[in-house]
Amino acid sequence: MTLANPSDFDGNLQPQGWLRYLSFSLDHKVIGLQYLVCGFIFYLIGGALAGVIRTELISPISDFVSRETYNEVLTLHGTVMIFLWIVPVVNGAFGNYLIPFYVGARDMAFPRLNAVAFWLIPPAGILLISSYFIAGAAAQSGWTAYPPLSLTTPAAGQVVWILSVLLLGGSSIFGGINFIATILKLRRPGLKLMMLPMYCWAMLGTSILVVLSTPVLAGTLILLSFDIIAHTGFFNPTMGGNVVVYQHLFWFYSHPAVYIMVLPAFGLVSEILPIHARKPLFGYTTMVYSIMAIVFLGLIVWAHHMFTSGTPPWMRLFFTIATSFIAVPTGIKFFNWLATLWGGKIALNSAMLFSCAFIVNFVFGGITGVALAQVPFDIHVHDTYFVVGHFHYIVYGGTVFVIFGSLYHWHPKFTGRLLNEDLGRLHFLLTFVGFNLCFAPQHWLGLNGMPRRVAEYDPAFTTLNQVSSVGALLMAISTLPLLINVVVTAINGKEAGDNPWNALTSEWLTSSPPPVENWHGEAPLVTEPYGYGQHPEEKA
Amino acid sequence: MTSTTPLQDSVAIEAGHGPAGEGHGDFRLFGLATFLVADGMTFAGFFAAYLTFRAVNPLPEGGIYELELLLPTINTVVLIISSFTFHRAGKECRAGQLGASRLWLAITGGLGAIFLAGQMVEYFNLPFSLTDNLFASTFYALTGFHGLHVTLGVICIAIVALQTRPGGRISASDHFGLEAAELYWHFVDGIWVVLYGILYLL
Repeated sequence: MTLANPSDFDGNLQPQGWLRYLSFSLDHKVIGLQYLVCGFIFYLIGGALAGVIRTELISPISDFVSRETYNEVLTLHGTVMIFLWIVPVVNGAFGNYLIPFYVGARDMAFPRLNAVAFWLIPPAGILLISSYFIAGAAAQSGWTAYPPLSLTTPAAGQVVWILSVLLLGGSSIFGGINFIATILKLRRPGLKLMMLPMYCWAMLGTSILVVLSTPVLAGTLILLSFDIIAHTGFFNPTMGGNVVVYQHLFWFYSHPAVYIMVLPAFGLVSEILPIHARKPLFGYTTMVYSIMAIVFLGLIVWAHHMFTSGTPPWMRLFFTIATSFIAVPTGIKFFNWLATLWGGKIALNSAMLFSCAFIVNFVFGGITGVALAQVPFDIHVHDTYFVVGHFHYIVYGGTVFVIFGSLYHWHPKFTGRLLNEDLGRLHFLLTFVGFNLCFAPQHWLGLNGMPRRVAEYDPAFTTLNQVSSVGALLMAISTLPLLINVVVTAINGKEAGDNPWNALTSEWLTSSPPPVENWHGEAPLVTEPYGYGQHPEEKA
Repeated sequence: MTSTTPLQDSVAIEAGHGPAGEGHGDFRLFGLATFLVADGMTFAGFFAAYLTFRAVNPLPEGGIYELELLLPTINTVVLIISSFTFHRAGKECRAGQLGASRLWLAITGGLGAIFLAGQMVEYFNLPFSLTDNLFASTFYALTGFHGLHVTLGVICIAIVALQTRPGGRISASDHFGLEAAELYWHFVDGIWVVLYGILYLL
């Protein structure tokens, strides 16, 4: 059957207007925006928690909050930012919104499962944060929840933390299954795999990692909850258990988790750069192969987080070499992005500013990553602020910058209105300066031996910590122009039209915002998503 | 119509994009298989943990690895046979013999129940309890997690068997539920064979 006259179906059974964003909607576009807004609320919460951390660290003594509260705050900050902001937004929000467009489908393969996956997130987040109130104490053992620490801190908060992470892991797995099925099975006829926009490849790779590694974390946390609730001894050394096994299983998920957070950002940036540089994406095929290489290597490098856990020399050697290898596919992607920009007609708007800053930040985080893979260096800086700095350069400087860039890029499609460029540039400036001021000094702190996860430190580290806290303040302020921008645009924004960037990918070949069935009529067949600068009128 | 396949339109309809009345696409089995890969990874994590514990962590005084073999071996045979009976049920269903299919499903579900009963008898006769030592804890965690899967499988088989009755959801041409339950059941059997090997024979 055909959707001969799609306007006949506009008055469907789903709730309309803004109320549908609070409903169990099965529309992938609604679900994508649900992920985005929900994730952003958790970003503000996680940011406030980070504010507590940076305020405490202004002075070398523990004076702002108690030590226990400090531990709770840093645990919640890590968990909220990873599981409730970055993973849901960079996968769930943009994935759900864009993937059906890119494969030429009218929705995801399993719309109902999709809605279930989203609606697991708000309860899990509320559960996590409420553990502070309902259990008397939130989890205090960091986002890694290493035993025996997680066995000795207050049990109720830790169990609630486990339950919450299990729910979020389930949501992530459901999402991953949906993306794999949509990309592999739901492509419109004539659309071959090697014609897909790069974000599809990134989401395919990410979803493979989600499906293969998240269940291992779930199983591990179930065993940990047995240790806490039933007093088994899997990870309890006093009962003959083995803490290193926990670390292996935990990092078997949590190292790929870094790629789950950053691969989709690679994909999004590969969409944004060609459009605003008016050039085809350089090296499409090598981009695809390097994503798949990162997926494969990402699964066999986890023990580089454990060089100080008594790992035998052969294991250190293997994991050092394997980890260093990841620099090769990542470097290929980096040079491909540079080559895409090279000689392009670059429009340096907010989306592009964030995307270019991503390249800068990410190459810095990538270089410190290769340094950390080397055993002698890693042993020196293990569990210091160097690792904190490196990690934030990857997930904030990398992924969060891309999320903001993507917001400026796709907001016209989401709402039909262009975000204000002046406010966008102010947002970028504050974020970029604040971010680098906050996290660059942490590398020095780490090299000089300041341990992570402490509320008190050697007074010699005071100045750099204060610089870092000023950067954090700028980052906090930077959300204001963004929020103002979104509100002002909603009230009085410039009409975007269907395709404000003259883009070629299929989400732009429909109205803004798109109709319920995505296109007015047939799904377009986009065989060359990056054919920019190929038309005579664009050459000049 | 050139742009959309019936497959895509059925998805669109389920999401509220069009008129109702179309069936599902056939990639649900693919989705289930992907989920089973994920589920298998949970077991793989457990197996890896167990094997490492066994290689690295010596048991305390009096702890033993030897288990009574007779009952678990019978259970293994029961479960393997049940895979064949389920396969037979699927074949009968596709041939349109829903009555025969229902009979084979009942046999499969019965064999699953026998397995669970055998597991329970074994639990009551073991010389150790959950928190005695690392091996005991791991034994209960592994067999318990697998037993949970078998329980779920038996429930699914019961539902599918009911659906093969005249006027039920399953017919010779539309039998996704039966196929899904069959795939899941083979998966659970396969996991058990590995589990039996490393837990009882090793």
